[in-house]
Amino acid sequence: MLSPGAVPLLAVEGLQAWYGESHVLHGVTFDVIAGEVVTLLGRNGAGKTTTLKSIMGIVGQRTGSVRYEGKELIGLTSDRIARLGIALCPEERGIFASLDVEENLLLPPKVRAGGLELDRIFKLFPNLQERLSSQGTKLSGGEQQMLAIGRILRTGARLLLLDEPTEGLAPVIIEQIGKTIGTLKQQGFTILLVEQNFRFASTVADRYYVMENGRIIDRFANAELEANLDKLHDYLGV
Amino acid sequence: MFELFGISSQALFGQLLIGLINGSFYALLSLGLAVIFGMLNIINFSHGAQYMLGAFTAYFLLQYAGLGYWWAIFLAPIVVGITGIIIERLFLQWLYKLDHLYGLLLTFGLALIFEGTFRNFFGSSGLPYSVPPALQGGRNLGFMFLPNYRGWVVVFSLAVCLTTWFVIERTKLGSYLRAATENPTLVRAFGINVPRMITLTYGFGVALAALAGVMAAPIYNVSPQMGANLIIVVFAVVVIGGMGSIMGAIVTGFGLGLIEGLTKVFFPEASNTVIFIIMAIVLLIRPAGLFGRSA
Ligand SMILES: Nc1ncnc2c1ncn2[C@@H]1O[C@H](COP(=O)(O)OP(=O)(O)O)[C@@H](O)[C@H]1O
Ligand SMILES: [Mg+2]
Repeated sequence: MLSPGAVPLLAVEGLQAWYGESHVLHGVTFDVIAGEVVTLLGRNGAGKTTTLKSIMGIVGQRTGSVRYEGKELIGLTSDRIARLGIALCPEERGIFASLDVEENLLLPPKVRAGGLELDRIFKLFPNLQERLSSQGTKLSGGEQQMLAIGRILRTGARLLLLDEPTEGLAPVIIEQIGKTIGTLKQQGFTILLVEQNFRFASTVADRYYVMENGRIIDRFANAELEANLDKLHDYLGV
Repeated sequence: MFELFGISSQALFGQLLIGLINGSFYALLSLGLAVIFGMLNIINFSHGAQYMLGAFTAYFLLQYAGLGYWWAIFLAPIVVGITGIIIERLFLQWLYKLDHLYGLLLTFGLALIFEGTFRNFFGSSGLPYSVPPALQGGRNLGFMFLPNYRGWVVVFSLAVCLTTWFVIERTKLGSYLRAATENPTLVRAFGINVPRMITLTYGFGVALAALAGVMAAPIYNVSPQMGANLIIVVFAVVVIGGMGSIMGAIVTGFGLGLIEGLTKVFFPEASNTVIFIIMAIVLLIRPAGLFGRSA
């Protein structure tokens, strides 16, 4: 499935992670090529969020290997990892209540050149511009999601980790987020997307990995989605 | 001169001024406690001892280096702030994930060590520290006599408090602090060195205590237990204002100083307890404090 010789931007190998005593990831292996949108599918509790957190370095204990541009991330703290050009949009969105929308948007520091300018971000999410001085958490769920995505586009990060960006949102907003992901892909961003909604994922993803009980149990390309639908319904229990 | 309820304006405004002075110290100290608690989740029980260290540093600078008040007000917060940074790196950083109780016990222990050591060397009778020449004397405002130094303390501490508020609530650096108070993990995952920010925040909070100590030196004496007496009242102020609110700490600090002063005029018997009575009432009605967000 990988074109031979392509060097992955992100290569995860034998990744294990723990929350205290509880062993959650049991050797996760996958990779993401520069410019791809790759989706992690899987039921609730499969370990998708933990995988993103482990890449970002915010899980208590992790072992195995996570390489970004060939550089080993295991052992680095999350601020160092962010400065290499990886940014997380967390599942709970993480909008700060004590910051207004503008402060939330400008919070993540620039880590590299080449981030989107503010006016580009406002073009993607016009709602944000109208509400710059509102308290961050006064926004609607959809607007908070746009803010959570928008703020990591400025930083120059090239790999975006998006954790269920459509969860709990209205269909129009899901569509807007889908378009945004498409635009970002055109602009050369690489995206690792966690989704339970594979209908949505199929509109943006190049490839899929399926997780269960802290392991990758299957993988296929977008073109193979139809052929894998039965299996997928089984995996996701839908 | 005029009279109000049979009390001369001189006595009334005199007590109000004393209230404002006390309020200045309450505000500076509770502000430092609020900043520290917000970022470190630690109730800094050594705050009173660090205030005392500020006053002693001013005293040492004068005795051993010939550096007067204006040097002290600049240097003592830096020196004591650096000791705070060392304490944070050596001890406090290991406690953030534990219950508040551990931080409280550790800083309480440190306070006992500092105060005990200084009592051992300097006894408990205070050492004098004189008002800087530029601020000696006073002026007659018509309704009262205002000693220049006391006027300076009120104005300068108000300025320091409001500047701190401005930096935290209105600047980019402040937005990092507020965000890290809410969700340090995420702020760090954006590439910000949160542990360093926490260390510097503790250093800053401690420096505020030391600054208050320097300002207090010419008014009260410099003595090992000067902070221990004050800090109990300051904790009551913090409880009334609500932990973690910056403006709350400032307003409550000055407000309670004034209330205490008024009580001295109208009902002197209660002047030492009025703050604790207010604290009890606030705890019953609004446990999170007047400005606190209930968790
Ligand atoms: N903070 C945590 N502490 C302990 N266990 C956790 C924590 N977060 C998640 N888990 C457990 O780890 C497993 C994987 O969770 P998660 O990665 O959130 O799954 P997903 O994102 O696929 O729904 C689940 O069994 C969950 O209960
Ligand atoms: Mg999840």
